[in-house]
Amino acid sequence: MTAALDVKGLTTRFETRAGHVTAVNDVSFAVQPGRIMGLVGESGSGKSVTGFSILGLIDAPGEVSAGAVLIDGIDLRQLSDEDLRKMRGRKVAMVFQDPMMTLNPVLRVGDQMAMAVRVHRPMSKPDALDHARKALEVVGIPSPAERLKAYPHQLSGGMRQRVAIAMALLHSPSVIIADEATTALDVSIQGQILAEVRELADTTGAAIVWITHDLAVVSSLADDICVMYAGRIVERGTAEQVIGGPRHPYTQGLLDSIPALHEPGRKLPQIPGSTPQLSRLPEGCPFRPRCPRATDLCRTEPPLDVRDEQAVLCHHPLERA
Amino acid sequence: MFGYLVGRLMQAAVVVFVMSVIVFVGVYAIGNPIDVMIDPGASQEIRENLIRQYGFDQPLWLQYFTFVGNVFQGDLGRSMVYNIPVTSLVFSRLPATLELVLVSVGIATVIGVPAGMYAGYRPNGIAAKLIMALSVLGFSVPTFWIGMLLIMGFAVNLGWLPSGGRGEVGQFLWFKTSLATTDGWAHVIMPAVNLSLFKMGLMIRLTRAGMVEAMGTDYVRFARAQGLPDRQIVFGHIMRNISIPLVTVFGLELGSTLAFAVVTETVFNWPGVGKLIIDSILQLDRPVMVSYLVMVVLLFVMINLVVDLIYAQLDPRVRLKGGS
Repeated sequence: MTAALDVKGLTTRFETRAGHVTAVNDVSFAVQPGRIMGLVGESGSGKSVTGFSILGLIDAPGEVSAGAVLIDGIDLRQLSDEDLRKMRGRKVAMVFQDPMMTLNPVLRVGDQMAMAVRVHRPMSKPDALDHARKALEVVGIPSPAERLKAYPHQLSGGMRQRVAIAMALLHSPSVIIADEATTALDVSIQGQILAEVRELADTTGAAIVWITHDLAVVSSLADDICVMYAGRIVERGTAEQVIGGPRHPYTQGLLDSIPALHEPGRKLPQIPGSTPQLSRLPEGCPFRPRCPRATDLCRTEPPLDVRDEQAVLCHHPLERA
Repeated sequence: MFGYLVGRLMQAAVVVFVMSVIVFVGVYAIGNPIDVMIDPGASQEIRENLIRQYGFDQPLWLQYFTFVGNVFQGDLGRSMVYNIPVTSLVFSRLPATLELVLVSVGIATVIGVPAGMYAGYRPNGIAAKLIMALSVLGFSVPTFWIGMLLIMGFAVNLGWLPSGGRGEVGQFLWFKTSLATTDGWAHVIMPAVNLSLFKMGLMIRLTRAGMVEAMGTDYVRFARAQGLPDRQIVFGHIMRNISIPLVTVFGLELGSTLAFAVVTETVFNWPGVGKLIIDSILQLDRPVMVSYLVMVVLLFVMINLVVDLIYAQLDPRVRLKGGS
C-alpha cells in the first residue's frame, strides 16, 4: 500500500541575521490512509513549520531546502506554484490552532465555504452552499443551513473549529494536517472533536497529521507518533511503542511530565533546562545538555537506531524491559 | 437602529450649539466689522445708525439669542459685504467646491487604494518602495507650492490647461456644474489633482498598512491552505477587512476638504466656499463666518453618521447602539 503522505528528508531553513537556522532538519515519516499520526514536540521544536512545509506555505525568509513530500505518490516539491496551489485544499488540507482567527471575521461562513468549494470545483453558488452544508453536517454541526448564514463571531469556539474542519473536508483530501487544532478549546469540546476526528479518519480514509505539544491528547488519538526536538524527529513508532516503551530519553522525560500519570502530592519530574535556540544548537545530539544519559559520545551526531519499526535518534537509547 | 439615529441627532444638536457659541464669541473677539466696512471719513451719526442697524450696540448674549432666534426661523442673516442672504451666498458657492472635492477625492481613491494594496502585497519590491516614496512627497510637500508648480508647468509653459477659475458650467439634472462640460473639466482637473495629492498619500499609506497586516493573519494563511489563488484572497477576503479603516479616513477627508479646500481654491482662484470663508474673515463678514462654520459642523456630523452606517454594513461585529 502506498502511503497517503510520505515525507522524505524534509529540511526547511530560515535566513536570519544570526545566519541560517534549520527549523526542520531531515524529517522523514509516512502516514497510511485512515491512520492518524501524532507529531509531538515542545514549542519551537519545528512541528508547525513541518506542517507548513508540507503544504509549501513557507514564506521568505524561510525556504524548504531539501527533501520530498509525496501525496498519493505525487511529489509536491516538483510541482509548479500553480499546480501546488491546486493540490492545497483538494489533496492536502490544513486546520489551524486558533478558531477565532482562522475564519475571516467579516464574511459569512457560507460565503467563505462556497469560495473554498468553487476554487477547486466550478459550480454554481447555491450548489456550493449545498455542498458546504453537507460538510457541516458531517462534523456534527446542528442546523447547518442556518450556520451558513452566520458570521464567525456568532459561533462558539468549538463550533468555529468544527467549521474549519468541515472546510478542510470539503474536497475529501487524502491528507489533513491539524496544527494544535484543539489546544484553544475546552477539555469537553476537545474530547468531542477528537472522537469525531478519529471517526473521520476511519470513515473517509484520510491520513491525518495531528500536530500538538500535548502527549496526553496524542496517546488517546494517534496510531503512530513522531516526537520532534530542535527540528529533528528523535523518536518514531506506533503509539503503543512510543507511549508504552519510549526509547529516547527525551520522550521518557515528556511522559514523566504528564501530571495525570502520577500519584497526587508527589513532586512532578521535569526535564531540566529549556529548548535550545535553533541558531545556537550544541554540537552532536541537541538534547545532550538536558539529557541524564549523556556521555562524551553524544558530542557526535547520534545514529538512527531501529528496532521493530520503532526508530530512535540516540547514542544511548533506553532498552525495553 | 432607530434609537441610534435619535441619539446621534441629539449629539449633533449639542455639538452645533457648543460650536455656535464658540464661533460667535470668537468672531466677536476678532474685531469690529464696522471699522472695516465704513469709510473712515463718515460722520459719527452714520456710524451709530449702522451700529444700531446691525444690533452691535446690544450686549453679546442678546446678539447671540437674536441670531439663534433668527436661525430657528430659517434666517441665517445677511452678508454685510454682499448684502444678500447668507444661505443663498453659501449655496451659490457650494456646487463649485463640491465638484472640486468629489473629483479630487475620487482621484485619490482610485489611484491611492490600488497603489497601496500593491505596495502592501509586495512590500519588498521596487515598485512598492517607489510608491511609498511618492506617498511621502504627497503629504509633505506644501499644497500651495505644488499648485503653483502645476500652474507654471501646464498653464504658463505648456499652455494645455487654464490657470484658474471655474470655466463653463452646464446643466446636470437639477443643478449647474462644470463637470457637465469639457471646458469645465479642463478647469477642474488641475486644482483637483493638486487637492488630491495629500489624500492620495494618506490613502496609500493606510491601505498598505492594512494590507501588510492582513497578509500575516491566520485567515489569509487558512485561505491559502485551501488553495485559493492570491487574486481571490486579496479581493475576496482582504479587501473588505481593509476597507473599514479606509471608509473612516475617506469620510473625514471628504468633510475636511469640503470645509477647508481654502489653499487650493485660493491658488487656482476657484470660486468655492473655501475662498468665500477666507474673504469673509478678511472683511470681518460676521454672519457669513458664523453660519458657514455652523454648516460645516452639521456637514461633519452628517458624514460621520453615514460612515458609521457603512461601518455597520462592512463589519458584522459592529452593533449600532443608541447614544454611544
